Amino acid sequence: MSAIEAFLEGTIRTATPLALAALGETVTERAGIINIGLEGAIIVGAFGAFVSTGVGGVWLGLAGAGASGALISAVFAFFVVRLRADQIISGTAISLFSLGLTATLYRQMYGATGAALSIPTMIAASVPVLSSIPLIGRALFDQPPITYLLYLLAPSIWWWMYRTHSGLALRAIGEDPRAAAAAGVGVPRTQLLAVLFGGCLGGIAGGVLVVAQSGSFAEGMSAGRGFIAIAVVVLGRWHPLGVIAAALTFAAVSALQYLFQAMGWAIPYQAFLALPYVLTLLGLTGITGRAVPPGSLGKWPTM
Amino acid sequence: MTAEGALVADALVRAVPLILTGLAVGLSFRAGVFNLGAEGQLLVGAAASAAVSIRLSTFAGFLVLPIALIAGAAAGAFWAAIAAELKRRFHVLEIISTIMLNFIAIHLVSFLVRGPLQEPTHIYPQTVTLAHPARLPLIIANTRLHAGFIIAIALAFSLAWIIRRTEVGFRIRAIGASPMAAESAAMIDVNRLSWVVFCYSGAIAGLAGAIEVNGVTFALYENISPGYGYTAIAVALIAGLNPLGIVASGIFFGVLETSASAFQRDFAIPSSIAGMIEASLILASLVFAAAQKRYTLFVRREKPA
Amino acid sequence: MASLGLALHGVRKSFDKVVALDGASLAVRHGSIHALLGENGAGKTTLMRIAFGMIRPDSGTIRINDRLVSFSSPADAIAAGIGMVHQQFALIPEMTIGENVALGGNGRYDNQQTVKRLAYLAEKMGMRINPLSKVKELSASERQKVEIIRTFAHDATTLILDEPTAVLTPRDIGDLFGQLRAFATNGGCVVLITHKLHDALEHADEVTVLRKGRAVLNALTRDVTQSTLANAMLGQIQIGTTPLSRPKPSPSINVLQLRNVLLRDRRGIGQSNRVSIDIRRGEIVGVAALEGAARSLLRLMAGRIEPTPGDIVRPASIGFVPEDREQEAVISDFTLTENFALRNSARRSGRIDWSNFRHRTEEIIEEYDVRTPGPNVRMSGLSGGNQQKFVLGRELAYNPDLLILENPTQGLDVNAAAVIHEKLRSVSLLGTAVVYYSSDLDELAALSDRVIVVTDGAIVETRPDRTIIGQSLLATIRT
Repeated sequence: MSAIEAFLEGTIRTATPLALAALGETVTERAGIINIGLEGAIIVGAFGAFVSTGVGGVWLGLAGAGASGALISAVFAFFVVRLRADQIISGTAISLFSLGLTATLYRQMYGATGAALSIPTMIAASVPVLSSIPLIGRALFDQPPITYLLYLLAPSIWWWMYRTHSGLALRAIGEDPRAAAAAGVGVPRTQLLAVLFGGCLGGIAGGVLVVAQSGSFAEGMSAGRGFIAIAVVVLGRWHPLGVIAAALTFAAVSALQYLFQAMGWAIPYQAFLALPYVLTLLGLTGITGRAVPPGSLGKWPTM
Repeated sequence: MTAEGALVADALVRAVPLILTGLAVGLSFRAGVFNLGAEGQLLVGAAASAAVSIRLSTFAGFLVLPIALIAGAAAGAFWAAIAAELKRRFHVLEIISTIMLNFIAIHLVSFLVRGPLQEPTHIYPQTVTLAHPARLPLIIANTRLHAGFIIAIALAFSLAWIIRRTEVGFRIRAIGASPMAAESAAMIDVNRLSWVVFCYSGAIAGLAGAIEVNGVTFALYENISPGYGYTAIAVALIAGLNPLGIVASGIFFGVLETSASAFQRDFAIPSSIAGMIEASLILASLVFAAAQKRYTLFVRREKPA
Repeated sequence: MASLGLALHGVRKSFDKVVALDGASLAVRHGSIHALLGENGAGKTTLMRIAFGMIRPDSGTIRINDRLVSFSSPADAIAAGIGMVHQQFALIPEMTIGENVALGGNGRYDNQQTVKRLAYLAEKMGMRINPLSKVKELSASERQKVEIIRTFAHDATTLILDEPTAVLTPRDIGDLFGQLRAFATNGGCVVLITHKLHDALEHADEVTVLRKGRAVLNALTRDVTQSTLANAMLGQIQIGTTPLSRPKPSPSINVLQLRNVLLRDRRGIGQSNRVSIDIRRGEIVGVAALEGAARSLLRLMAGRIEPTPGDIVRPASIGFVPEDREQEAVISDFTLTENFALRNSARRSGRIDWSNFRHRTEEIIEEYDVRTPGPNVRMSGLSGGNQQKFVLGRELAYNPDLLILENPTQGLDVNAAAVIHEKLRSVSLLGTAVVYYSSDLDELAALSDRVIVVTDGAIVETRPDRTIIGQSLLATIRT
C-alpha cells in the first residue's frame, strides 16, 4: 500500500465514527439542543457493542451500540427536555457518568485489570468495480459495511431535513421553538426524538470503534470524539453534507502523519496529533462569524 | 503517624487540585463563562511551573518556588485567554474551544517531556526530579500533605469574600445571572468582565497544576492529571458554585477517590465508581434545582403572556 | 340566530401570584367578526392563547361548534380549525415564506407544491408575495399577511387576530377587513383582539369587553357607543382623558441636546432622516411611535447606545426604565437589595456596603408602596406592578436630571399605573425631565406636556391630544 493510499484509508477510518456521531449531533442541534453528553453516548455505545457482539455477532453489536447510545441520551433528554435543566451541565454530567459507568461495568464483568478481550470484528467488504478505482478505490470502497451505510445516511438525513415536513419542523424548532409551537409543531416530542436519534448515532459511532476497528473495549476509548464531533458540526455549519466534509477534513489532517512519516520529516509526532485540534480552532474562527447557528441552540426561551 | 492519619492526609492531598480547579470552574460559571478547559489550563500550568523550577533552580534560591507558582498561574491564564479571545473576536463557543485546547495541552506536555524538558538520560518521558528549594513545604511531617492545601483554602476564602462582599464580585454574579440586565441596568461591560474572569479562572487552574508539580509529583510527566479538570466541574456544580462549598465537595471527592482506590485494592470494587457517583450527584442537584425552580441557570419559569 | 363557533366559559388562569383571567367568557357566532376589547393587561391575549392551546387554563371550558374540547398544544387547536395571527414570535425569520406556511404539516415537503398553493391562496386574497423570500426580509405588515395566509392554508374556520391593525397602514387595514368580512360571510368566525374602540365599532358585528380578567360587557356593535365601551374598559376609574392642569415647566434650561442624530432600527439599519431635539428641565415629553420605532431614540437619550453619526449632550445622571423589565431592568433571582445595588455597580469599586443598600431599598419599599415581605426576598416573588414601582424608585433614588421610560405602565393594574403616573408628575415638578414612550394614546395625552411622534427615523412634535397624536402617527405612515 502506498503512502497516499495509507493516508486515504486512514482518513476514511478516522472519519467514519466521527461523521456518524456528528451527523447525529447535527440533528440534535437543529432541534436547538447541544448535547455535550455525546461523548457519553459514544463510550456507552462502544461498551454496548462489546457486550452484544459477544452475544450475537457484529450486527447485533452495532444494534446494541445504537440502543445503548439512545438509552443514555434518553436520560439527557429527560433533563433538558422535561426538566429544562441547563444543557451544558446536564451533558457534562452524562459524559462523566458514562465514562465511570462503562469503566465500572467493564472491570466488574471482565476483571479488575480488564484483560484485553477480543471479539469478532466486521470484515471489510470490497465493492466490486468501485474498489478497483486507482488511488481512492480501496480507501473508499474496501471498508467495513458500516462505512457504506454512512454513505447512504448522510444524503438521507439531508433529504429528510429539507424535503419533509418533519425535517422542516425540526429546523423550525432550532430557530425558534415558540414560533414552531405556534405553527402547530409538537416541540418537546420532536426534541426528544432528535436527542434520541443523535444518541443512537453516537452509540453506533462507539460501536464502530469496537466492532470495525479495535476489536476490543478499553476504558475511555471514546477519547474525546464526542467533543470533536460537536466541533465538526460547527465546522460543517449544521448542514449534513457540510458536516461530512468537515469530518473528512478533520480525519485527513489527523492522517497526515502517515504521509509525513513516509516522507521521513523530522517533525515531532505530537505536532501532528495536536494539528487537527489547532486547525479546528482556526476553522471555527473563520466559520462562526459567517455561519449562523440555529437561533435557539443551547437556550431555553420562555414559552 | 497512624495508617488512618496517612489515609486522611492522602485524601487531602488529592483534594488540593480538585478544590483549586473546582474554584476555577466555579468562578467562571458564576460569570456565565462555561470554561470546560480547567484540565488543559492545569496541564500548561504544571508544564510552565516545572520548566521554571528546573531552569531557575541553580540561581534563584528560595525565590524559585514563588516564581514557579506564578509562572504556572500565568500559563493557565494564557491558555484560557486563547479561548476568551476566540470568543470575544470570533464568537467561538468556549465549550468547544476549551475542550480543543485541553487536547492540545495534552500533546504539548507529551512533546515537552520527550523533548526540551526530558530528563538528561533521555530514557523516561519525564523531567528531572525537582530540587528541594522548588518543593512546597509539608504541613505535617511524615505525610504528603503540603502547603498547597493552605493555598487552596486561603484562595477559597478570598474568593468567597470577593463574591459576597465586593463590588467586583457582585458584578461577576450579575453578568452570570443576567447579562442583559447587567448591561442595561448596571451598565457593566459584560464582554470585558467575562474575558477577565475567564483569564483568572485559567490562572487558578494553572496554579493547581503548578502546585501539583511542586507539591506532589516533583516532576512533569504525561498523565500527571487523572482528569482533575473534568472532575472539577462536578466539584463546582455540587457546591452550587459557592467557594466554601467547593472546599467541602473537593475534600469529599478527594476522600471518595482515594477510598475508591483502597476499595479496589481491598474489595475489588472498581475505583471508577467514584466518577459515577460524582456525575450522579450533579444530576441529582439538577433534579433538586428543577424542583426548587430557583436558579435561572438551571430552569426558567412560566411567564405571563 | 347563528350557532356558536367558538365558546369559552369561566376561564381562570394565574401566573405565579398574578391573576390574568378571573372567570372570563367569550362566545363567537358563525359568520361574524367579534371584537375582544380591553386595556393592556386585561387578559385578552391570554384568553385567546388559551383558545389556541398555547396556555392551559387553570379551569374553564372551551367549546368548538358546541363540542367540548381540550387542547394541550397549538397543534390540537389547529387541527380543530383554529388559526391565530400573533403580535410577535409567530414566524421564523431565517426561513422562507413557503417553509413558514408549510410548517405544521405532515409527510413529504414539496417546495414546488407549496409555492403553487401559496400563489393560489395569495391571489384569492389579492396579495402579492414571493414564496421563496425569507421572512426576515419582510415588513411587519407583510409578515402579518403571511400569517393570515398560513391560517387559510391550514383550513382554519376560526381566525383569531391579536392587535392586527397596529402594524398596518390605513389602506392595508381596509384590505384586511375586506378579507375578514369575506371569510366571515363564508361562515367563518373571526376574533379580533384590540384595545382600539374605533376598530371594534367600525368593523365588528359583536363585541366583548374584558376588564381585569373578566368579561364585563357583551353586545352587538350596533347597540353600543364609544362611551359605553370606554366605560366598560376603564371601569369607574377614568385615567384622565383630559390633561391635568399643572404648572408650566420652568424656563427653558436644556438637560439634553440631540443634534443631527441618525436613528437606527433593531438590525442597525440607519433611517433616512437626521433628528435634532432638546429636552428641558422639568417637562414631561411623551413619545408616540409605531412598534419599536422609538426604541433607538430613547436608548440614545438614556446612554444605552451611542449616536453614529450625530452629537448628543446628556446630563450627569439619567434614570432608565426599559420596557422588558425582567430581561433588562432587574435580575429575577437576585433580592430586592441586590437589585437596588445593581444600578451604578459598574462605577463603584472596593467593598460593597450591603447595609446601606438594604436601608435604601427599605426606603423605596416604603415610599413607593412596593408590596413585599421585605428587602431580602427575590425579585421573582413580586408582581409586575410591584416590580415596576421598585424599578422606578431605584432609578429615582439617584435624583436623576433626566428619566427615560419605555411603556412604563404596560400590563400593570390600574393602581400600580396610578402610582407611577403620580410619581412621574411629582418628580417633574422637582425639576427632573421625563421622557417616556407609550403605546397607549390616552396615557400620552393625559400625562405629557408635549408629544413627539417618531416614524421611520423622523420626528414631529404635537400637542398632547389623543386625536392629534393618532392622526400624526397615521400621517407619517403615508409619507
